[in-house]
Amino acid sequence: MIETQTTLLTWMTFTPLIGVAAIGLLLMARPLLGLSQRAVDHGARLLALLTTLPSLALSYVMWRDFDGAAGGVQFVHHTPWIRAFNIEYFMGVDGLSVTMVMLTALISSVAVIASMPWGIARDDSHHFSRRQVPGYMALLLLLETGMFGVFCALDFFLFYVLWELVLLPMYFLIGIWGGPRREYAAIKFFLYTLAGSVLMLLGMIALYYASEPTTLVDGTAAAHTFNMLKLAEQANRFELMAPILGLPFTKVVWVGMFIAFAIKVPMFPFHTWLPDAHVEAPTPISVLLAGVLLKMGPYGMLRVNYPILPEATLWAQWGVAIFGAINIVYAAFVCMAQKDLKKLIAYSSVSHMGFVLLGMAAFTPQGISGAVYQMWNHGIISPALFLIAGVIYDRAHHREIEGFGGLSKNLPEYTAITGLAFMASLGLPGLNGFISEALVLVGAFPVFKVITIVSASGVIITAAYYLLTMQRVFLGKLNEKYAALRDLNWRERLTLYPLVALMVVLGFYPMPILDLMNPTLHSLVLPFAQRTGLVTGP
Amino acid sequence: MPTLESLPHVLPEVALAVTAAALFVLEALWQPRGRARRVGFPLLALGGLLAALLFLVASPSSAEPRFFGGLLTQDPFSTFVRGVAIVATALAVGLALGSPSLPSNRRVEYHGLLVLLALGMCLLSSAGHLLMIYVAIEIVSLTSYLLAGFDDRGGRSAEAGLKYVLFGGVASGVMLFGFSLLFGLFGDLSLSGLGQALAHSTTLSTGAGRWATLLALVFVLAGLGFKIAAVPFHMWCPDVYEGAPTPFTALLSVGPKAAGFAVLLRFGTGLWPELATDAAAATSALPWLLLLGVMSTVTMTVGNLAAIWQDNLKRLLAYSSIAHAGYMLMGVVAGGREGPGAVAVYLAVYLIMNIGAFAVVSAVDRSAHSEDIGVYHGLGRRAPLLALAMAVFLLSLTGLPPTAGFVGKLYLFASLIHHGGFWYVLLAVVGVLNSVVSLYFYARVLRAMFLESAAGEPAPVSLANSAAALAVVLAVPTLALGIFWQPLAAIANFSGSLF
Repeated sequence: MIETQTTLLTWMTFTPLIGVAAIGLLLMARPLLGLSQRAVDHGARLLALLTTLPSLALSYVMWRDFDGAAGGVQFVHHTPWIRAFNIEYFMGVDGLSVTMVMLTALISSVAVIASMPWGIARDDSHHFSRRQVPGYMALLLLLETGMFGVFCALDFFLFYVLWELVLLPMYFLIGIWGGPRREYAAIKFFLYTLAGSVLMLLGMIALYYASEPTTLVDGTAAAHTFNMLKLAEQANRFELMAPILGLPFTKVVWVGMFIAFAIKVPMFPFHTWLPDAHVEAPTPISVLLAGVLLKMGPYGMLRVNYPILPEATLWAQWGVAIFGAINIVYAAFVCMAQKDLKKLIAYSSVSHMGFVLLGMAAFTPQGISGAVYQMWNHGIISPALFLIAGVIYDRAHHREIEGFGGLSKNLPEYTAITGLAFMASLGLPGLNGFISEALVLVGAFPVFKVITIVSASGVIITAAYYLLTMQRVFLGKLNEKYAALRDLNWRERLTLYPLVALMVVLGFYPMPILDLMNPTLHSLVLPFAQRTGLVTGP
Repeated sequence: MPTLESLPHVLPEVALAVTAAALFVLEALWQPRGRARRVGFPLLALGGLLAALLFLVASPSSAEPRFFGGLLTQDPFSTFVRGVAIVATALAVGLALGSPSLPSNRRVEYHGLLVLLALGMCLLSSAGHLLMIYVAIEIVSLTSYLLAGFDDRGGRSAEAGLKYVLFGGVASGVMLFGFSLLFGLFGDLSLSGLGQALAHSTTLSTGAGRWATLLALVFVLAGLGFKIAAVPFHMWCPDVYEGAPTPFTALLSVGPKAAGFAVLLRFGTGLWPELATDAAAATSALPWLLLLGVMSTVTMTVGNLAAIWQDNLKRLLAYSSIAHAGYMLMGVVAGGREGPGAVAVYLAVYLIMNIGAFAVVSAVDRSAHSEDIGVYHGLGRRAPLLALAMAVFLLSLTGLPPTAGFVGKLYLFASLIHHGGFWYVLLAVVGVLNSVVSLYFYARVLRAMFLESAAGEPAPVSLANSAAALAVVLAVPTLALGIFWQPLAAIANFSGSLF
């Protein structure tokens, strides 16, 4: 098969890396040119913007040219990388990853803008956006490369390398620029995700040696392969492999991979790193963490577990659904008890990611579309919520929900935006969150009746905690301490308005996103649906 | 092959012996002062090492791999390990330039002993006879004892030297006893002869014979385990690493370990030749593999857990090097062609990253006069380039992509998983979980360097010395080989075979 090759995804992934190099050169040139600290900081910010915003333009081109109806892998860049292990540089997007790549481009741009010190009081020199700016921007750009790469890579080894590449910048971004307990939160994040990904490494090696001979893209013979598409074609072969540790091959590998991805989701009981990381991380890093990094979990499941290990996926169907329901309901109850606004939003992320698990476990077209659309929507809504928490923290220097009151009097614009984002998150019809949650529930109900009913109760609890928070912070008597707070500034508008606009537009008309992914997703779950008797015939 | 015809194959060793002798003789006759002393002798040592390396690269291939009547065996694996030993020694010479931990009036002896140590490591890597193994181990050990005690600033170094002698003496005595048991049981001292005797001997059919053989193997393992610093023969390691002059510690953590692994592999494949071709068929080698597997598990776990509590960087790296011996033992257990290949790749990677980490320790020590983790606080702002290099080495030691350390671990895990079988996979699982534990203490150093700021006004860290330069230079391949590692694959292909 001759594939048409394009370097669009490569440019998108590695442009931020050019920014990292440029910032490095800027630092080295500093003594030569006699630049002031201020000039270097501004230079680093400018370079970060210049190497992040092009990805947004490229993602527009991708969206315009992607043929959703045709499905399949597009924008392929494919060449041998390391022949010793038959590793290839294989980039491409299909209906599953194209939305995630767009989301990454959008949220990265939002995060870079949110990292600018515009509108932060001049005397606030301890604000994260004023400390060690070149290092911050370089790590942020490195993180972007890792995130784009994870969603574009179709070679398992490449996927793994880029997956791990995300950990390190995140560790430093939380650890250096975070809140009071930043060191604890950063190492906890690092250890949790590494513990998961080493299991993925072993599973990946096991799959490699179980794969049958094939050819590399240039036609040379290969005894084994890391190509994820070829591994999926050989799915039946893995059922015949010798057991691992006395247990069936596919189930062991499936569980190892699933734990690696579930930690990222984060799925109960592996979720405890998330609230810590979110509370300590600076606002733009929370935005990226919630908006993009969490999506790597379910994306990995749909990219690896579903197509490559289908039998084990069927076997684990109920487990995934039950854990999804636990995520939804348990995390929603935990939200009710939160006093810190950011922690509340963090747990609400756990709750909303539960819908993704529930939807993908159902194997119905509505379920899987709802799940991936929920990934997208959560990627729009939760960054907005973290930006909102950042706005109040920058002004009041605390996030205690009980410590405010009556803010709507002085901050009408902020109140309106917050109200809209809360409503989108709790699933008010007409906003995007409703569509994906409804799709998930509709898709899951024919398969898991009781679990779906229990999960639906999560929606009510979600409404309760959002409305209570709304009431405590914005309504009631004005807390005189905060009478002088200013409303949104331009930097905050620039980050919040695009997200809010998307919530409204995609709430009324979700087809631009759904059309991109539906053909791919439906063909992904069709074999499962046939096996479970939901669909008869081809 | 008879003696005279064997000579062209040991030209590297000859070059090393001549260089060492020249260094000692010149020192005694000439007694140079000033620049000749500071620069001339290190250059002479480097020249000798370079000559040895060139002889090694150009060494003629031979259909008959055994020389000097079977005392030495040459195969691609031993050639590779000899190269590692020589390069490690050269790096130690470079690190020693201007190091305050070496008394200036004894510099020449230091270099002479280093070259002698290199000779011992080369002989050890290709030893094919129990007597040769013993002699080579003694050359390595005796020079190491002296070098460990070289730092005359305070008593730590002398203490290290003495501890090393005591532990080393016991270990080699026990090993010698093991050799004598093997000779008594099977009537041969060459590894190939022992292999044949083992295959046809009736000793193993009796219960007492089996127990005696097992006891002999355990004793042999005590001596070799001491050299590679495997648990439970590791007790000397933290104290010696801490007390010895840092440039020598860097060499000690890599060179003798590499040679130890070479002889460990050769001992296994000598006694059970089927291990070299197909480890799965070597059921007769089970007790040996079982011993190694248990040793690997215990070594990496103890090394990693103990490293968590260390506040002295050299001690921390000492425990980390114990853990790395445990990782490499996984490759020895895997056997076949892939196991030794994986060990060779790991040795190459470990050479770069571990000496690099010690180079950073040495560079910081020159300004701060301490190896305590406290002096690393805020290094990211005081000496960004050095801290960045250290971060690369630490991440590589953890085994995170895209660094060379990850590729090394990939080879080790791949060799085990490709072999398959319950215990092999279990060992791989223990290995990856240990990598996670190791992140915790390596990240402590990262945290000190980047997350915490220095208390008070620490002395500025100078980059204008050989150690800092080496650290920065070594960081480049550590990163580059993680992104494109076809050269490492070539090493694995080349050194996978042992005769």
